Amino acid sequence: MSNEAVESATVSTVAGTVAHLGTPRGGLLRSALRMWRTRIGLLCAGVVILVAIVGPLIAPHDPSEFVAAPYAPRGDGLLFGADHLGQDVLSRFLHGGRSILILSVLSTVLGVGGGVLVGLVSAYARNALDDVLMRSMDVVLAFPQLMLALVAMATVGPKGWLIVLTVGLTTLPRVARVIRGAAVPVVERDFVGASETLAEPRLRILAVDVLPNVTGPLVVETTLRLTYAVGLVASLAFLGFAANPNAADWGLMIQENASALTVQPWGTLLPVIAIAVLTVGTGLIGDGLARASSGIDRGRADG
Amino acid sequence: MSAEELDDVAAPAASGSAAPSGAGADVAAAVSVRDLRVEVAGTRLDIVDGVSFDIPPGEVLGLVGESGSGKTTVGLCLLGHVRRGATIAGGSVIVGSRDILQLDALSLRRLRGRTVSYVPQDPAASLNPALRIGAQLLEVLTVHGVGDDRPARTERVREAMREVALPDDDAFLRRYPHQLSGGQQQRVGLAMAFVCRPRVIVLDEPTTGLDVTTQAHVLQTVRELTQIHGAAALYVSHDLAVVASLADRVAVMYAGRLVEQGPAAALFEDAGHPYTRRLLAAVPDLRQPRALEGIPGRAPSPGHRPSGCSFAPRCLLAIDECTAAVPDEVVLGPVHSARCIRTDVVRRSARVASMPASGTPLVDAAPVLAASGLRIRYGPVEVVHDIDLQLAPRECLAVVGESGSGKTTLARTIAGLHSTRDGELTLDGTPLAPSSRGRSREERRRVQYVFQNPYGSLNPRLTVGDSVRRPLRLLSVDDAEARRRVSAILERVSLDGSYARRYPDQLSGGERQRVAIARALVCEPEVLICDEVTSALDVSVQAAVVDLLAELQRDLGLSMLFVTHNLPLVRAIAHRVAVMQQGRIVETGPVAKVVDEPQAEYTRRLLEDTPQIEAATD
Repeated sequence: MSNEAVESATVSTVAGTVAHLGTPRGGLLRSALRMWRTRIGLLCAGVVILVAIVGPLIAPHDPSEFVAAPYAPRGDGLLFGADHLGQDVLSRFLHGGRSILILSVLSTVLGVGGGVLVGLVSAYARNALDDVLMRSMDVVLAFPQLMLALVAMATVGPKGWLIVLTVGLTTLPRVARVIRGAAVPVVERDFVGASETLAEPRLRILAVDVLPNVTGPLVVETTLRLTYAVGLVASLAFLGFAANPNAADWGLMIQENASALTVQPWGTLLPVIAIAVLTVGTGLIGDGLARASSGIDRGRADG
Repeated sequence: MSAEELDDVAAPAASGSAAPSGAGADVAAAVSVRDLRVEVAGTRLDIVDGVSFDIPPGEVLGLVGESGSGKTTVGLCLLGHVRRGATIAGGSVIVGSRDILQLDALSLRRLRGRTVSYVPQDPAASLNPALRIGAQLLEVLTVHGVGDDRPARTERVREAMREVALPDDDAFLRRYPHQLSGGQQQRVGLAMAFVCRPRVIVLDEPTTGLDVTTQAHVLQTVRELTQIHGAAALYVSHDLAVVASLADRVAVMYAGRLVEQGPAAALFEDAGHPYTRRLLAAVPDLRQPRALEGIPGRAPSPGHRPSGCSFAPRCLLAIDECTAAVPDEVVLGPVHSARCIRTDVVRRSARVASMPASGTPLVDAAPVLAASGLRIRYGPVEVVHDIDLQLAPRECLAVVGESGSGKTTLARTIAGLHSTRDGELTLDGTPLAPSSRGRSREERRRVQYVFQNPYGSLNPRLTVGDSVRRPLRLLSVDDAEARRRVSAILERVSLDGSYARRYPDQLSGGERQRVAIARALVCEPEVLICDEVTSALDVSVQAAVVDLLAELQRDLGLSMLFVTHNLPLVRAIAHRVAVMQQGRIVETGPVAKVVDEPQAEYTRRLLEDTPQIEAATD
């Protein structure tokens, strides 16, 4: 009761003083950017995203143009040789990033958006609805993400919207769990009670009082989920479920050229490196944000 | 250091016999602190500066100060410890013949718990939840090699338990901390601190979270143990009344310096430092109604401390010379000194006791808020039983009770935050729906609520202006009108317009609570429910907030339900009081009558156990 209150008051004054003297205040992003891991992560992810965006504009050949013999080695104006059909590896690589990025970003948006909604509603409801929502999330969580996606692909066929839907919906429960966990203590704070006494609309309370106070975990979770989505979309393409099986796609390229890895490694290596650098990059950004947000939470006066 | 030297430090002051009193007490202080200075690590900014005091064996020194004054830092220095981000930059802490600040890590570890022990603020957090209490007490003895063998140590543990008035049987020693009440946990903390018979014991607000009755028992135990074992105790507290009832001598800290120290009676009766005087004026008095005076401004934090006397910017008696240099200690009497150059003026200034500002209630009018047969449940358990309560227009009704008495539950139910209830609750004769969502806009506007903890009741992501503005949605006023009302109400609670753009973490606790009050008042309610609104605040801030509430109550003609555990505070603000115990109202009546002639046994006990400043001066 008053014990906690007095204690938290004392602690916060002390913490506030020390934080005030120790580290200058700043937003989550700004303090994350002070860390080298975040900067390196941004550089890595930035390079790959840049390649995916401007790649098609600077590609020397059309991705489906036959320019040499299958698995032709480097040389003859082909920087990285030719692939299993004799298409230019570099051009296919430069073209192949867009689809994977668009699909993974869209499915992350879907998964995080839905997850935030379910998580917030669950945390706020604290009744049967909470149980129903979270138990149904548990059911989805019980299946491996890739397996659910494969079942959907095998049933309906590899369509772009289906990839987004399955990856998004399997991401949703994971986000929902994290956001619910972060929101439960916020919901119990008195400023939510203050809005309750005014009988503010519930959605408004979620949007104004709860959501802005879980942005730290939300941002971190988003980068983490983006990392997984990139991996998942690439895996699906590798397993033969790309939206367009003839188009250039990093996941697809790995599968097509893997059998000639010893003869012509570039067709496999280039997309592998790109995906690895991208996921390491987003992972580092997420890590930096996580550290920054926990640091901010520690210094904040309302713990 | 060698075992011999260790014994020199660790030898118990007196095994069981009382401390040598009177003669020699000054010569052989159990602990002697000289010119202690603590800085923010890596800077020259002082957290604590120039602190010197002695504590003779068997005496209790009360170290009083508001949050951020450095009192806990000083307490920890007696154990040779500073928290992260701070360093001890100078001075000495002499216990026996050794300077604790010069000891290496190993010697410090041997010293802590054996020669100097510590009782922390929160007993629940200091006991290991996974260990039985008997094992934890035994561990202290084993680590310090006290007692020859296990049976001897166990016997020592039992003795320690008896000393703190806890059962010493095996069944009790085998309990886990969570199986004890808060008071029992704190007694175990005391037993742990005393079990090695330390020379010095540091108590850091050990009764802050306890009910007055439990607090009175714990204080009694502390007093007895220090006398029996001749231990010197440093009792760190923000509560002057508690210190007055316990300490032999009192030291007052402000902004990292000791501004005054002296015998408790002399200090409370004839304070020489203006800060001490202002603090005393801020403490509510149970015996007579008196307006509380807050201290305007806020204590400077390290790095922002002015040259000269730190209190000068807030001092009414400050003159130019005050800012010239840090004042030296001026001797005012036997072991009584103050760091103020104007002690003569200070001591001549009379203590003015003005009457509280609360207005006259319309007791004959129909009650604005009434409860009859109100029962409140948490799930299937009924926690508040059969409450009958009337709140007259313009009346301030205090609801007093210890933790668990159901007073906050009652307040939340009236505000519509807790809705599982039976019985009738009416506003101007019209029944109120259990949940705020079932009430009309007008009903919601008329009843407003101020929460206990200003650190939790403001959304950290909204500016003050946005927070205060939210209730105006109930009125559907336009944008310009809303802005006008927000700045008007902020002004009403003495915050200027610039506060509207600030965020809560830029405000002090007192400012936050003012914002919370402004939010509750912005749509001009008739009933204001205040739930322990000052319990998280320092005494000088509490005084200012209570004074503000009393003034607002009078000027705006509010009916106020003032929920608190602090009886003296009731005297300063309320007209009537209802005393709650275990979910029932055991006594209700005008404040003066209930305090002076309590009828219920429970009220009498509560009043007896409430610590009073007068305890020191009687």
